[in-house]
Amino acid sequence: MAKVLVVTSGKGGVGKTTSSAALGAALAHGGDKVVVIDFDVGLRNLDLVMGAERRVVFDLINVVQGDAKLSQALIRDKRLENLSLLPASQTRDKDALTEEGVARVLNELREKFDWIVCDSPAGIERGATMAMRHADVAVVVTNPEVSSVRDSDRIIGLLDSKTEKAENGDRIEKHLLLTRYDPVRAERGEMLKVEDVLEILSIPLIGIIPESEEVLKASNMGSPVTLNNPSSAPGRAYFDAARRLKGETLEMTIPSDKKGLFGKLFGRRAA
Amino acid sequence: MSLLSFFNRRSSAPVARERLQILLAHERGIVGGQPDLVAKLREEILAVVRRHVMVEHDNVQVKMNRDADISTLEIEVEIPAPVGAR
Repeated sequence: MAKVLVVTSGKGGVGKTTSSAALGAALAHGGDKVVVIDFDVGLRNLDLVMGAERRVVFDLINVVQGDAKLSQALIRDKRLENLSLLPASQTRDKDALTEEGVARVLNELREKFDWIVCDSPAGIERGATMAMRHADVAVVVTNPEVSSVRDSDRIIGLLDSKTEKAENGDRIEKHLLLTRYDPVRAERGEMLKVEDVLEILSIPLIGIIPESEEVLKASNMGSPVTLNNPSSAPGRAYFDAARRLKGETLEMTIPSDKKGLFGKLFGRRAA
Repeated sequence: MSLLSFFNRRSSAPVARERLQILLAHERGIVGGQPDLVAKLREEILAVVRRHVMVEHDNVQVKMNRDADISTLEIEVEIPAPVGAR
């Protein structure tokens, strides 16, 4: 059965789009049929991060409003044939996202895909609420930093009250994805630790993505980090997170690019 | 930076953690866009209890905790001992 996954955070710049692309590609790499949808109307970027910016013809709003068929708007990834992208509109207003329209598109996608990954815009306005509205699973992307943790807490509150599942008395599955983590700085007391963030937000951990140069390199190339460099630290961390999303139980590690003493000490066990 | 301030340097992460815990404990009272939910609940509970028993304003404690699996609303009403007891 198809699962609708929202990648959300409240705060901007924490890695929602990077994570949507990387998780989407990792899930597709495992053989599942995956579509990633950009809900950031007016400021789309998932197309650019995935290297499909020159192939956008129709977008989510065209499909919501019935101006284009879903098959016309979907862009199939050039590297993985079972990975597709539904881009956001760059010119339209976010108010064009009607609840009924989004529900209709998602229902149509549910028949074709195993995973529907909704890349939420920052903030708590229409685009963000529409992205989470019909989700079965939420990945809350958080940096170990006070403003990000606060905004994630707010988003968790919205996931528990404003989603379809919550309104029907169901519980939406929520997972924490800690990104830009630096175990060395955390150990020095300069950064919130994994355990601190977990204790404050009280939702289960799906992965720890270490701070890494590889993330920028991948977006420069227009390729999800899980495809651009699968064996890099963030690549491995995202692959593990994707496997956990599929229900596997894996030991939580913080992969490292460097094979230093710290990598050996803290790369093995965390949280 | 003097040598003294170098040695007195406190880790910043525990400060961040403490600030967040205090802030979020307060902000979590705001549920579903309803500010001061806890304060409102407190007033109304006090009014109901006062219909039957006289309680002091300060003797009603309302706490809301949000956790992974369950959220709890903790209400503690301290009822004075009846007159003539003892």
